[in-house]
Amino acid sequence: MKEFMMIFRHVPDPANQPSPEDLQEMVKHWQNWIGGIAAQDKFVATNSLGYEGKLLKPDGTVTDGPYAEIKEVVGGYIVVKAADLNEAMSMATDCPNLQMGGTVEVRDIMEIPNAENYGE
Amino acid sequence: MRKTTENELDELIPDLFRTEYSKLIAILCRQYSVASIELIEDAVSETFLAASESWGLKGVPKNPKGWLYMVAKNRIIQRFKREGLFQSYVSTLESESTTSSDQVEWDDAYIEDSQLRMMFAVCHPKLSDEAQIALALRILCGFGIDEIAKAFLSNKETINKRLHRSKSKLKELTQLIELPEPSQLDARIGNVLRTIYLLFNEGYHSASDQHSLRKDLCLEALRLAVLLAHNDLTRSPDVDALIALMCFHASRFDARTNEEEEWVVYEKQNRSQWDQDLIFQGEYYLNRSARGNEISKYHLEAAIAYWHTRPDSPEKWPAILMQYNQLLQINYSEVLALNRTYALYRAEGREKALLEAKKLNLQQNCHYHLLMAELLGSTHSSKAIKHYKTALSFTNSQSLKKLILQKIKDVSN
Repeated sequence: MKEFMMIFRHVPDPANQPSPEDLQEMVKHWQNWIGGIAAQDKFVATNSLGYEGKLLKPDGTVTDGPYAEIKEVVGGYIVVKAADLNEAMSMATDCPNLQMGGTVEVRDIMEIPNAENYGE
Repeated sequence: MRKTTENELDELIPDLFRTEYSKLIAILCRQYSVASIELIEDAVSETFLAASESWGLKGVPKNPKGWLYMVAKNRIIQRFKREGLFQSYVSTLESESTTSSDQVEWDDAYIEDSQLRMMFAVCHPKLSDEAQIALALRILCGFGIDEIAKAFLSNKETINKRLHRSKSKLKELTQLIELPEPSQLDARIGNVLRTIYLLFNEGYHSASDQHSLRKDLCLEALRLAVLLAHNDLTRSPDVDALIALMCFHASRFDARTNEEEEWVVYEKQNRSQWDQDLIFQGEYYLNRSARGNEISKYHLEAAIAYWHTRPDSPEKWPAILMQYNQLLQINYSEVLALNRTYALYRAEGREKALLEAKKLNLQQNCHYHLLMAELLGSTHSSKAIKHYKTALSFTNSQSLKKLILQKIKDVSN
């Protein structure tokens, strides 16, 4: 089993303000999707990102918020275990982010050998 | 002293044994070191024998517990003297603790503190699960070797050997029993809770047909957790959640078996047999557990167990499904995966659950086939029967076989 990260992106739409019921429904979809992955013992970690943030540039300038210059924002990620990229892709097909008009980028996580292995 | 009838005595001594044995061991180990635990256990057992002889002849003393303690203590000192250990060992301990008069030693807080210390000593992360459970049953709960053997479907020799090995290891790890340093307390409490829950499950899921013994085991696990919950140093939301969880489960204890000692599945249980007091207690501790920022697996399991004490409603299964989703993210187990899929079936319907069940990859698990059969149900009866038959081949339990055969009959009609 290898590990893969799915990165969820979407274009924020200020006109679309979900009601508390909508939010609850969204949470349910996400939790059921993640629960289904965890039930296969293929869940590693997940996080959703908030709306606070700043962007740092090499020249030292700082801009406010993730929205300022990037149209698409990362809303969160999940790390899963899968035999290969194909399996990871098939897990992604049910991702609620797709139903909400966003995208899912699936990437393999590079395996870094343990530090102690270097000595030998 | 007053004269006591033999009948009264027949009840008094076993009762005292049940409540006082583990306290005496804890207090005496605290005073004389875990290194002498076997000697202390012998002395306490002999003390109870002496009580049944002496109290029958001379009547029950005014303060039976004090009597037991004094006699046990004297016996220990005698044994130390006989073995020539007294001067070198006990005398130093005694002189250090001259401030603690017998009055102080019998203070409730002192007893409780001794029991807590013993709990941490026994639930030591470096002891195997098997050792922790055996020691907990014997030392913390005062179960007899016979009873432990019955609970484990084992024999006295095996249990004695296991206890002997476990005590040797315990002595290597601990000399004077103490509460862990404050910095380590949180981590160590985690292990204590784990052992208490194992102990509870040993009683709740044991294959032993000793119904009342298994219930005693569950109630003892509860008692230990309540001790933790009512001490300022060891109380925590996790402890409360574990107590709630155990209360909710234990509330169904009597409804789970019929007069023939056969299993009654949840859907068919007589709800009037559920213990409302325990459910009430569970709700109290579940409310108490709702503080702090962390949700432990005990919180999630307690929430599921709470919903199972409630009648069906539109909120019930979606709520249970949500807790299983979170539990599986903390910790995967095959049972959780199967239970989660069943909750999905109840919350979102057969088709969705079937799709997810097929992804579980648990073809070697008896309960996977039971779940598949349940999901396929009467609409795909021939497929369902195939799964029931596979499940049959995976189990040796007579009561489960009987249940499956009944299900095959139901589906066939």
